[in-house]
Amino acid sequence: MSRNTDAIGSPDLLAFAGAIAAGEIEVVDLTHTLSPDFPTIVMPPELGQCAPFRMEEVSRYDERGSAWYWNNISMGEHTGTHFDAPVHWISGKDLPENSVDTIPAANFIAPAVVIDISQQSAANADYELTVADVEAWEAMHGRIPPRSWVLLRTDWSKRNGRDYVNMREDGQHTPGPCPEVVRFLVEQRDLHGLGTETIGTDAGQAFHFNPPYPAHYYMHGKGRYGLQCLANLDRLPPIGVVILAAPLKIRRGSGSPLRVLALVPRARSGM
Amino acid sequence: MAERPSSPRLPYDGVVVGAPVTIPYRRYSTNTAHWWVGRAVREVVQRAGVRGIDIDGLSLSSFTVGPDTAIGLTQHLGLSPRWLDHVPLGGASGVVALRRAARAVQCGDAELVVCVAGDTNQVDSFRRMLSTFSRFAQDAVYPYGSGGPNASFALITRNYMMRYGATREDFGRICVAQRDNALHFPHALMKKKLTLDEYMGARAISDPIHLFDCVMPCAGAEAFLVCKEDVARSLGLPAARLLATVERHNAFPDDPIQYRGGWAMDIGELYAMAAVTPDDVDFVQTYDDYPVICMMQMEDLGFCAKGEGPDFVRSHTLTADGSFPHNTSGGQLSVGQAGAAGGFLGLVETVRQLTGEAIGATVPDAKVGLASGFGMINYDRGLASGAALLAGGQA
Amino acid sequence: MTEPLSRPKRKDPLKKTRIPLLPQGTRSRTALGLTAAAAEGRFQLQVCGDCAAVVYPPRDACPRCLSANLPFRDVDNGGTLLAETTIRTSTDVYFRERMPWRIGTVLLDAGPAIVAHLHGDLREGERTRLELKLDKSGQAIVIALPARDTPNMADDPQWRELTCDPKYRRVLVTDGRTAMGQAMAEALSQGGASIVFVGVADPWKPFPGEDRLRKLERVEIVALDLTDTISVNECAGEFAPRVDILVNTAEHVRTGGIIERKGLTVAREELEVRYLGLMRLAQAFGPVLRARGADGINSAAAFVNLVSVFALTSWPAYGAFSATEAACLSAAQSLRAELRPGGVKVVNVFFGPLETEWYQAVPPPKLAPSTLGRAVVQALRQGLEDVFVGDIAEDIRARLAVNPKALERELGS
Repeated sequence: MSRNTDAIGSPDLLAFAGAIAAGEIEVVDLTHTLSPDFPTIVMPPELGQCAPFRMEEVSRYDERGSAWYWNNISMGEHTGTHFDAPVHWISGKDLPENSVDTIPAANFIAPAVVIDISQQSAANADYELTVADVEAWEAMHGRIPPRSWVLLRTDWSKRNGRDYVNMREDGQHTPGPCPEVVRFLVEQRDLHGLGTETIGTDAGQAFHFNPPYPAHYYMHGKGRYGLQCLANLDRLPPIGVVILAAPLKIRRGSGSPLRVLALVPRARSGM
Repeated sequence: MAERPSSPRLPYDGVVVGAPVTIPYRRYSTNTAHWWVGRAVREVVQRAGVRGIDIDGLSLSSFTVGPDTAIGLTQHLGLSPRWLDHVPLGGASGVVALRRAARAVQCGDAELVVCVAGDTNQVDSFRRMLSTFSRFAQDAVYPYGSGGPNASFALITRNYMMRYGATREDFGRICVAQRDNALHFPHALMKKKLTLDEYMGARAISDPIHLFDCVMPCAGAEAFLVCKEDVARSLGLPAARLLATVERHNAFPDDPIQYRGGWAMDIGELYAMAAVTPDDVDFVQTYDDYPVICMMQMEDLGFCAKGEGPDFVRSHTLTADGSFPHNTSGGQLSVGQAGAAGGFLGLVETVRQLTGEAIGATVPDAKVGLASGFGMINYDRGLASGAALLAGGQA
Repeated sequence: MTEPLSRPKRKDPLKKTRIPLLPQGTRSRTALGLTAAAAEGRFQLQVCGDCAAVVYPPRDACPRCLSANLPFRDVDNGGTLLAETTIRTSTDVYFRERMPWRIGTVLLDAGPAIVAHLHGDLREGERTRLELKLDKSGQAIVIALPARDTPNMADDPQWRELTCDPKYRRVLVTDGRTAMGQAMAEALSQGGASIVFVGVADPWKPFPGEDRLRKLERVEIVALDLTDTISVNECAGEFAPRVDILVNTAEHVRTGGIIERKGLTVAREELEVRYLGLMRLAQAFGPVLRARGADGINSAAAFVNLVSVFALTSWPAYGAFSATEAACLSAAQSLRAELRPGGVKVVNVFFGPLETEWYQAVPPPKLAPSTLGRAVVQALRQGLEDVFVGDIAEDIRARLAVNPKALERELGS
């Protein structure tokens, strides 16, 4: 059967695969390695915590199993680079198709735009993305297409340990969106989801916003998604990127660690 | 402590001891205690001119015959005795075995009783024996460092020296004289003369005990025959007459450190029963695990007052031809300690001297001999003690 | 006079490490009454319930009246040293390599004559006080000390063999994030440790007292997360041969019984931090500690567990916590047997509520972390094995000894 016997305009998937193999489409890994020392979200100590990633070696070519090496792993749904489903937040709890096992699979592949607030964040750890920031970005790159991931580049993933979490006496201080820009993106731009480099789609101090945690509140309230602890956003162009982000199919899962891959046309990458 | 008033004990009339047997000692032996005991029993039987089946009484003392006791040896050796005893009393075994056997033959419960002691000594058997020697030793002695009785006797020696002014030289005199005796004894493992200087300069074991204060553990066996006088005569067997015995265990328990033994309680009875006095005794075989114990026996057996042991040793010569013949074969200190046979060594030597069968140095004109036993260090002192007076002459 | 210890030199890397040997460790069951007393630092002997005779060595019938009623009781430990000997050679391999070794006969004022190890400063004829200690085999022995303290007496070689003195030893405090861990680090540093490594997990998460901890003398922060096997193994890989005393200060205190706390997340955290954390430490550090039990002045000496006294009996208000502590106690008992071949003591330090935020609603008496720290140092100096610190812990111990069922009800009401 010839490759082009399908209806006119249907995509040529083999050409697509070939373009990846040939390097014409670059695959950029936006995922942190899952390891025990990667920080997790910290809840007040009297509450249950998000489980950090842990590995227990079952055997390593030894008396526990001579010819093989394998581990048992444990983690929370929100450990490391991870996906948030709408059921994770109270505002999304009753929506249809709101858990990782019921989200339509097609929604795990979507275009993305990258908004760079890295310089502002370097100067101010509590920097909030504003509507004006988005409008300024659109003036340069065009209107954000509907059902796009909006990835917030802050270069926070380049920070280590203590500076990454930036925990002070009054909590975390990390950049994120202000309440207004979340409403704008959700209501005016049909946002697919928000992706950040920090722990949390919301700013570190978002507990004090109105409403608290507006990214979670509005996004999940609209049945949309979150991606956190992303890396390598600085290798992405502002437009033309497609994200593959498929969480584990956990029954009634509120999220999961996952591999987030960005597909970037070679001519446009590295900008 | 006052002696008990002498009570009328049944005399040992007509009880004799003969066939004194020593199986030559060896420092280490791959043979079992059964082998050593068997050799001694065989020689007694041959000396008496009888067969094994004629032996109707057996008394066994041995630390290394396990897992057997005396009963196992009956089948092992092909004996069918009507009187059987196992005497696990270490250095007091000889005297106590003799006491039991004497009453048995006296009452007619047995006619020919072989008393035998034998032990093997394998390279680690001494240490293994010690680690399970007694419950009190396990709980309260071995955790304290010595790995054996040396430290316990060092404390006894030290205490005795402080109390009575004994010096190391005094103990050395005993050891040197015994070595002189041993030079004549063919089975002695120590064959070189010992001078007082060598004794004093020897390496310290546990202050104030030095090398020549300690016996050398070895393998060996000793035995004798107990029967009635007329039986011995009919066998043509030279024998010594049993005059008296005593036995006492755990004497003076309230003495904080042992400085006297059980003999002190019963010594009057020993001499009264024998109708002799210490002056009548021609030689003494004391139990010599350490020279301090020899000195204690010289006191407690009535040869001098308590505390006069040092003076006594300084003013007497202890060789077989001396003014106080003592441990005339050389004692364990020079011959070697073959386990429980060490408790028979003195008694066997006593019988030899009294029957004219000495194989080493001879005590001139020996008519009355005293053999003393002691041993079984349970915690901090020897618990067992005993003594026997025998006489030579009409056999 | 006891020669004060000098700071140990660096270990010669070409020399074979001396393997730990143990003195004779078999005891009759009755004699184990002494071991129970020594574990807690008491001086007890059997006292006849019928005629009041004080009896030694331990036995099963009174030598004065034949009574079988011979309980262990606290006894006056004063006596006089009657005679001593210096052992110069021994068939016992443990003592053979520790010659010369002094022992003596002490006449106890209370009656019996006791053969005891001697402290170097005690001379023949002098008055002495006796103590029961656990030797390297984990069994009780008696040591006779001078009647009054003498300079540097903790440095006496026979005494040091019986204790886990932190002086010149290197210590690992496994969790310095808490007030208790910090107090432990400070107490051990002041107690003469040559260095105190303090484990801190989640370096990205600040904790109160961090600045002060970093400034303490002879304290070095090391990465250690007791909930992470890899972290514990890596820490051990780097530090295990340099740890002579390990003090596990891991803490996870939350209120709630078994039913009350909904879900198992907190229970899992509790088990990870306390029970599985202990397992990780045991597996990662245990073998090296065990191998170094006879390795010079700064030999491996102790694995110290801080355990709630409610490991021994549940306090339902903190019921799930009590259960986890109980698991830790059982594991520590097993560890005690497993480390014994190396002559390394497992020390369980039991304590009640602390003056910290997790016991906020509990009324006094509560224990200050600094008091607990000092008690641990003292327990190590004394070579104790079972230590009860503070009023609550001592109260629980006393009640348990009389009627455990009554205590169960009292705590559950």
